[in-house]
Amino acid sequence: MATRQTQSLARLMRAPAIILLLIWMVVPLGMTLYYSFLNYNLLNPANTNWAGWFNYQYFYTDPAFWESIWNTLVLVLGVLLITVVGGILIAMLIDKPIFGQGIVRILVISPFFVMPPVAALVWKNMIMHPSYGVFADIAKFFGMQPVDWFAQYPLFSIILIVAWQWLPFATLILLTALQSLDGEQMEAAEMDGAPALQRFIYLTLPHMSRAITVVILIQTIFLLGIYAEILVTTNGGPGNASTNLTYLIYRAARLNFDIGGAAAGGIIAVVLANIVAIFLMRAVGKNLD
Amino acid sequence: MSFAKRALMGASALTAIGFAAQAETLTIATVNNGDMIVMQSMTQSFTDANPDIELEWVQLEENILRERVTTDIATQGGQYDVLTIGTYEVPIWAAQDWLVPLSDLPDDYDTDDLLPAVRGALSVDDTLYAVPFYAESAMVMYRTDLAEAAGVTIPDSPTWTDIKTAAEAMTDKDAEVYGICLRGKPGWGENMAFLTAMSNSYGGRWFDMDWNPQFDSEEWKAALTDYLDLMTNYGPPGASSNGFNENLSLFQQGKCGMWIDATVAASFVTNPDDSTVADSVGFAQFPNKDGVDNHGNWLWAWSLAIPTSSDAPDAAKKFVAWATSKAYTNEVAEAKGWRSVPPGTRTSLYENPEYQEAAPFAAMTLTAIDGADTQKSSVQDIPYTGGQFVAIPEFQGIGTAVGQQFSAALAGQMSADDALAGAQANVTREMTRSGYIK
Repeated sequence: MATRQTQSLARLMRAPAIILLLIWMVVPLGMTLYYSFLNYNLLNPANTNWAGWFNYQYFYTDPAFWESIWNTLVLVLGVLLITVVGGILIAMLIDKPIFGQGIVRILVISPFFVMPPVAALVWKNMIMHPSYGVFADIAKFFGMQPVDWFAQYPLFSIILIVAWQWLPFATLILLTALQSLDGEQMEAAEMDGAPALQRFIYLTLPHMSRAITVVILIQTIFLLGIYAEILVTTNGGPGNASTNLTYLIYRAARLNFDIGGAAAGGIIAVVLANIVAIFLMRAVGKNLD
Repeated sequence: MSFAKRALMGASALTAIGFAAQAETLTIATVNNGDMIVMQSMTQSFTDANPDIELEWVQLEENILRERVTTDIATQGGQYDVLTIGTYEVPIWAAQDWLVPLSDLPDDYDTDDLLPAVRGALSVDDTLYAVPFYAESAMVMYRTDLAEAAGVTIPDSPTWTDIKTAAEAMTDKDAEVYGICLRGKPGWGENMAFLTAMSNSYGGRWFDMDWNPQFDSEEWKAALTDYLDLMTNYGPPGASSNGFNENLSLFQQGKCGMWIDATVAASFVTNPDDSTVADSVGFAQFPNKDGVDNHGNWLWAWSLAIPTSSDAPDAAKKFVAWATSKAYTNEVAEAKGWRSVPPGTRTSLYENPEYQEAAPFAAMTLTAIDGADTQKSSVQDIPYTGGQFVAIPEFQGIGTAVGQQFSAALAGQMSADDALAGAQANVTREMTRSGYIK
């Protein structure tokens, strides 16, 4: 039983760490907020003054703004769909005892350790390139015209690359969930004559639901900030076809050197991410009780 | 008391040692192009002559270099003592007082030997703010063997009609030979460098005298339509992601009949070590439209400049003078041959018979550079300077935004009209924000 003294002592001892954490979070956010109200362009630093809400207004009236939000959503949902469905299937596959299980598992997981720009470069130049890519070779083998992936299906191509990177993560988490599935229960269902699909729907899936929730939540956090793959492959184009919100902010900050506009974009992104998080928590977070 | 005194003495002794050992360190930020890598390997003679100066290199890819250097200079970070920058940055940064004027270079530097067009592009009010390491304009490079086989001749000064005829005749898609390769990758220094030059040769301009964008003009429409026409009919697949380097490798592999790009490429495509078509490359001036007396006035010079935030400006001056001197040119020629000499900066190089002998493209390069007038790049009146760019700070952003629209048109994602309308709206918005349009 904690007495009042030990309680306040504990609070005192916790304080430094909590204050440090708070500073660590609040200072960058505060600076971003501050800059977002400034007219501040790095190329013309002498001309810095208060802008009020102008930066926000300017950012969301950008012709690419709504398209970039749409693209962000498509990107996140597309990758989630592929990784969750694919992750479940692969996890069930490598859960079974097969020959060379250890090596297969390592191979399945390895894409996760490739750094995003490297993965993007490999996909761009060695796999999807319309002249030297593997896909082009396959298309030519079947006598078809090679597809110019990044020009014709830019967003889909990026979803494919990102999904390839995140599939191992989903697989890994789902595999561990699968391994804790009670074998006797499964056996009992089988003896009662439940077909495979029903066993999957009524036993495996409910058992994995918590792991699926974790995968969705963690991936969403990271996928909202996808940027390296876009920079390396399409530069957000053609047009704005593969520009997401992160890339739009990058463009303001690093191409236009518009600190104010980029900061405003950053704050808008924070707000949107929070809205997404609230809905996500409501929808799937219930599983985490 | 005595402890404090001793500590103080110790500290000052350490500082003294620090000063003695430090000499002067120059941090040089440069782009990872071939000629700069050669420069790094040639520094022995400079460090021998200046033992008290140490060199530290930061070699980066062009876009990254630009980001780093711009951030550093705009915040007065003082990270670099020598910057590698282009003709775009020099006038803008000089106007901000970010660059050290280079009016007091050593006597034997011979500033008058610099090509007038290049010198002009690097000066503000007749004061030099950067010295050119190598310079380029743009020209047509074409396969003489393909042209002969197809029965077309490309005159020294072709029109766009000549180019189209030749492209059509040389294209053989089954053999993976494409009549023409041009830049398509979005970016102000990628496809927009070419398209701005092309528009100039059509009589177009970026802005009228009141800074209103001109993408709704007939000239831009004609230029973009012809560009798309050329590329979709006679260009290689995936052209919307081809930049300078991609086209270079396509040309070297013999997949392009013609390539219109920077003059520095001439020494790469005629180098038998890298190019499979080295002995059959012809050169011609940047095309113009029939009836428009203006070629694409491209002028770019990778140049060395010293930021005012540098703490060793004198040592830096010695270095930039060495790296762009006649003596350096001779050293490179001795070590690597005349064709590897950084081109486009000095009159004396083009008068040198040995260079003319080794570089068949020398005369055409000189004509192209001399023909460039960055003060007046269009036949119409313009409020800005610059050949394949507009020398205002906002251009990096708007150039890239427009480049994305045009790249989308090339990829077939939108029509030429939509791309032009999008460009017009986008640039109008940015220019209004920056206060150019009242």
